[in-house]
Amino acid sequence: MENNKHTELEQNDGHDGHEDDGFIAVAHHPSYGVNILVWIGLLSLTAITVAVAGINLGSLALTVALVIALVKSMFVVNFFMHLKFDNKIIKIFLGICMVIFVVVLILTFFYLTFRFDEK
Amino acid sequence: MSQHTDSIEEEIHEVHVHRDDFGSKMGLWLFLLTEILLFGGLFILYAGYRYLYPEGFAAAATELDLVMGAVNTVILLTSSLTVVLGIVALQKNDKKRCLFFLWITVIFGLLFLVNKYFEWGAKFHHGIYPKGPALQEMSEGEVMYFGLYYVMTGLHGLHIVIGLAFIGIVMHMIKKDKITGTNFQKLENAGLYWHIVDIIWIFLFPLLYLIH
Repeated sequence: MENNKHTELEQNDGHDGHEDDGFIAVAHHPSYGVNILVWIGLLSLTAITVAVAGINLGSLALTVALVIALVKSMFVVNFFMHLKFDNKIIKIFLGICMVIFVVVLILTFFYLTFRFDEK
Repeated sequence: MSQHTDSIEEEIHEVHVHRDDFGSKMGLWLFLLTEILLFGGLFILYAGYRYLYPEGFAAAATELDLVMGAVNTVILLTSSLTVVLGIVALQKNDKKRCLFFLWITVIFGLLFLVNKYFEWGAKFHHGIYPKGPALQEMSEGEVMYFGLYYVMTGLHGLHIVIGLAFIGIVMHMIKKDKITGTNFQKLENAGLYWHIVDIIWIFLFPLLYLIH
């Protein structure tokens, strides 16, 4: 996987007495190719989204559209935003954020189904 | 490893630079999470009202121009690519090519806004705006849909404007050599912001334009 590493962090260990220094990002093997491939993938998925919308899938249509959108955003986050190559802590942060979102979404629907379906 | 890496190490050792790229990136990511939750709240609101008014939402969505939405999706995806290519170019110490890619990003961002202007303009023309004649004739569900449509695309458009300003400032710093091939975190941060704006559109497009 070494070839896929975009940036690496090097400790700036403060040779002149600064102990509180952070990490300096250093680029390794930056490449155009992978990103262009991801872009082609994203455009294809967009075309599929539009094509699928023309077919009457009934209740499945929303699920299909959302799954494709999710796949697209995974591509953007992992490759364009380099999360795949990033420090684990950022992945954990994003994971917690998504869990919060999903929990609030589910709780909202508990409220909507129980309150409005009683009528 | 290479001469390139050696020169970086020399720079670190010879000139003391007080900076923390990882801290900078983490700070921007934490901010991006608040952006996700900001738009997440609106997406939950959308989900709730779509659940309550499925017919109204489907009827209102037919007013939207699918082609325009798809074109804007392609524009944003491409502008995201050019930001990444700009970062790669700078990391390869090709400042000129980096600025070229960032210029394309800015032009595409502006094109997106021009399309949005025509889209909103067409709706205003049809009387679909707060207290507009056409909107007052519509059902509750359709009114909710257009309320969410304007708020979500409007807030997203505002983020495009902020993202363009961010990229503009970064481009100026690249020109002045304040951002370089060995000190590129600010450019990467501008890119991260631009990508999150792109991701939000990836979800807005099917949810607003493709309801049947």
